[in-house]
Amino acid sequence: MKLSDLTQHAGEWLRGSGPRSEVVISSRIRLARNVAGFNFLSRCTRHQRQVLEQKVRQTILDASLAPQTLYVDLEQAPEVDRQLLVERHLISKPHAAAEGARGVAIGKDETVSIMVNEEDHLRIQVLRSGLQLQEAWDQINKVDDQLESKLDFSFNPRFGYLTACPTNVGTGIRVSVMLHLPALKLTGEIEKVFRAAKDLKLAVRGLYGEGTEATGDFYQISNQSTLGRSEDEIIEDFGDSIIPKIIDYEHHARKTLISEKGVALDDKVSRALGLLRSARLMATDETLLLLSHLRMGVHMGRVKDVDLGTINELFLLTQPAHLQKIQGKKLEGDVRRAARADYIRARLNGH
Amino acid sequence: MKCENCNKTATVHLTEIKGGKKYEKHLCEQCAAAAEGLPVKSHMPINELLTNFVMAHSGLPAKEQSLTCEHCGITWAEFRQNGLLGCPNDYVAFEKELTPLLARAHDGATHHVGKQPTRRGGSGVPMKRHVDIARLRKDLQKAIEAEDYEKAAKLRDQIKEAEG
Ligand SMILES: [Zn+2]
Ligand SMILES: [Zn+2]
Repeated sequence: MKLSDLTQHAGEWLRGSGPRSEVVISSRIRLARNVAGFNFLSRCTRHQRQVLEQKVRQTILDASLAPQTLYVDLEQAPEVDRQLLVERHLISKPHAAAEGARGVAIGKDETVSIMVNEEDHLRIQVLRSGLQLQEAWDQINKVDDQLESKLDFSFNPRFGYLTACPTNVGTGIRVSVMLHLPALKLTGEIEKVFRAAKDLKLAVRGLYGEGTEATGDFYQISNQSTLGRSEDEIIEDFGDSIIPKIIDYEHHARKTLISEKGVALDDKVSRALGLLRSARLMATDETLLLLSHLRMGVHMGRVKDVDLGTINELFLLTQPAHLQKIQGKKLEGDVRRAARADYIRARLNGH
Repeated sequence: MKCENCNKTATVHLTEIKGGKKYEKHLCEQCAAAAEGLPVKSHMPINELLTNFVMAHSGLPAKEQSLTCEHCGITWAEFRQNGLLGCPNDYVAFEKELTPLLARAHDGATHHVGKQPTRRGGSGVPMKRHVDIARLRKDLQKAIEAEDYEKAAKLRDQIKEAEG
């Protein structure tokens, strides 16, 4: 598998057919692990960092965790490739921007990725479409077991898995669910979800994690605490109580919109579709927002002739690095906005 | 802070960028909803979410000290500055100072509960997988409540075995 193969399609997590996909875009679980006998990365020399990268890379490739594992050496990779991996949620923004020996291993269907030398020596991630936390946990737990049979991870009976930042210590687990909540946004009730989440010690973030704004009504909700509760308990809270409740609120808000503001709702959705089908210049943020309204319209049965798979692909393939990879050249400013608009028009008008 | 539109308490704070300048807006929920274009009556008991999960905050972190990890050389003050530890030994070297910080970050918890590696780090010596008995007891209770006696019997055996 080559990196450029990725631009031909959207990853498994954007299939749009997972459970509760009308609201839940994806479920992600990440585990932070460090190799015993090495300092954390902030106190590694250039040489130690290289030794670590080689050791972990070799272990991952030998373990053949997924068929056709692709390893990308991020120190060597051009910027557009690193950006592409961020857009696909396979690496974090800081990992793309960092310096020194580092890389990422990606399984063929892109459900598993392992970042090497991010903030911790290993950041194992499983990303799946819809609400599939239990499945994601079973999958990542197996990958962790496999790696653990080859590598000694830093572990202490009191503090659990030891991590560079104490906010990840213990289980090292970060559970994140990406939600599409357009109706709660439109009815002005999204703030309540934020406040509730904050009181539950959950973090709410934008599409691309920490420090990013929520664009196009997409929100990522994750656990903050990683110590003192087991992986099962953390996942159960998320999957069995918190997320289903938020989904119910979104459904409720959608019903209310249909019954109280049906015409205004259809106007919003139709305008989104109209703009997407005819505009000549499209910025990233505007695209996200319009696609968000369209996605809501499709799920609510207000739009019949567009399918969800198309919308999901458009979300991904219209982002800067993807557009440039598809066209095979650098695109900037109005040229890029024009290319984006052309691409969207072609897809939505069935060309 | 009061809402800019009416006089209710402002709970929504928006930042808008227009013509390269930043504007802040402070609105109450109703006015914020109206600004979005499709206001509806408030009706959802989202606060119910909270009731089961109220948590207590613990005290402030310990004072910065000139404590140093003899393994990697990081000082407690350096850690407090960038938030990243230097090596696994820091969890031992700074245990006393870290404990209140951990409690604050992790909902009061200071001890790991959950998965354990099968081999102890560094030594390669196999380690008996720790069994979370409290967790098994909880599952047992649930199984009994759900009248799933087959599962309950299995859990009872697991607890017996774990307790030796
Ligand atoms: Zn007001
Ligand atoms: Zn140290």
